[in-house]
Amino acid sequence: MIGYILNFGWLKDLVTKLLLLFGLDMETRLGGSIHFFIFDVIKILILLSLMIFFISYVRSYFPVEKTKRILEKMGGFKSHIMGSLLGTVTPFCSCSSVPLFIGFIEGGIPLGVTFSFLITSPIVNEAAFIILLGAFGVKVAILYALAGVTVGVMGGYFIHILKLERYVEEYVYNVKMGHTAIQEITRKDRIEFAKQNVKETVSKIWLYLLIGIGVGAFIHGWAPEDLLIKYAGPENAFGVFVATIVAIPLYSNAMGTIPIAEALINKGVGIGTALAFMMATTALSFPEMVLLKKVVKVKLIMIFIAIVGTGILVVGYLFNYFL
Amino acid sequence: MKIEILGTGCKKCKELYERTLEAVKVEGIDAEVIKEEDIVKIMEAGLMSTPGLRIDGEVVSYGKVPKIEEIRGYLK
Repeated sequence: MIGYILNFGWLKDLVTKLLLLFGLDMETRLGGSIHFFIFDVIKILILLSLMIFFISYVRSYFPVEKTKRILEKMGGFKSHIMGSLLGTVTPFCSCSSVPLFIGFIEGGIPLGVTFSFLITSPIVNEAAFIILLGAFGVKVAILYALAGVTVGVMGGYFIHILKLERYVEEYVYNVKMGHTAIQEITRKDRIEFAKQNVKETVSKIWLYLLIGIGVGAFIHGWAPEDLLIKYAGPENAFGVFVATIVAIPLYSNAMGTIPIAEALINKGVGIGTALAFMMATTALSFPEMVLLKKVVKVKLIMIFIAIVGTGILVVGYLFNYFL
Repeated sequence: MKIEILGTGCKKCKELYERTLEAVKVEGIDAEVIKEEDIVKIMEAGLMSTPGLRIDGEVVSYGKVPKIEEIRGYLK
């Protein structure tokens, strides 16, 4: 019963009945694809709105300033874990990447820990988590979150061990951050913040979502299963590699890629491959690299891509192997 | 009155700038509205989340784009 509700079984049946009214049979390619399309669009929009609201509300309790204060006091490997975990709950838009980076470093937070935060944060964003929940269920969603944290912790830790501080732009260490009074946040502020997040996210991704779901619907109805399995199935290690590489220049919001991933997985593409694709799209997005370039030298960005890319590959393979 | 929009030029910063201009116009205040995009100056103001709004040297909001009504409130 719970599965029926959470996995939107009720919506599936509703859309099927609706389409039957129009004389569209689910069994035909066209019927199947249209069903997939309508079902996925509605499902994702509902999930998105409800849960982004709820999660944003919770996140309003974790402003960046608080995160910084917590991390400033920690040390050792566990600070990477904390940095990564806080990355999952602290809301911050990528436009604040630069001030946040400088702020953390200036506050004495080690480079590696800062990166643990910066790596995990975009991967484990609430919208991706929610949609994964709806598309693949609780197990995969949680595994995705764990994977995002793992890649962040290990990635940040390696950056720490390799002592890459020398690749940070000098001015970052010379900045003297001022002190501003911490803003008071009322309940009304929190609700407004949550509402804004829903509006922003939906408006940012609706087009990608429709395109992604459109492609997914096409694959659902028409793509030859054999072709896809041969090139990107679980047995094909190359598939994970290709997926990760292709994702880097593609700044498609993770949300848009999920429907594609969903359809592909139903066609036999390994879950690991699809998830690797999703993680790479968010963690290694080109715009993020451009922003980072302002505070670190190119060499560090290269190493960053190598480390995180490898982490994602490993996670992708492991998922294919175990799931 | 000197009003500064602190931010590195992302969409939110532009939005805050537009809203501030509007708020100033509605309130009929004689104010200078400028954009501060230098990251060092932004950090010196004590901000880690942009965009930020600073009026006569005092930061009144950061990390969000307040509504025009709210900005008008700050201006008073």
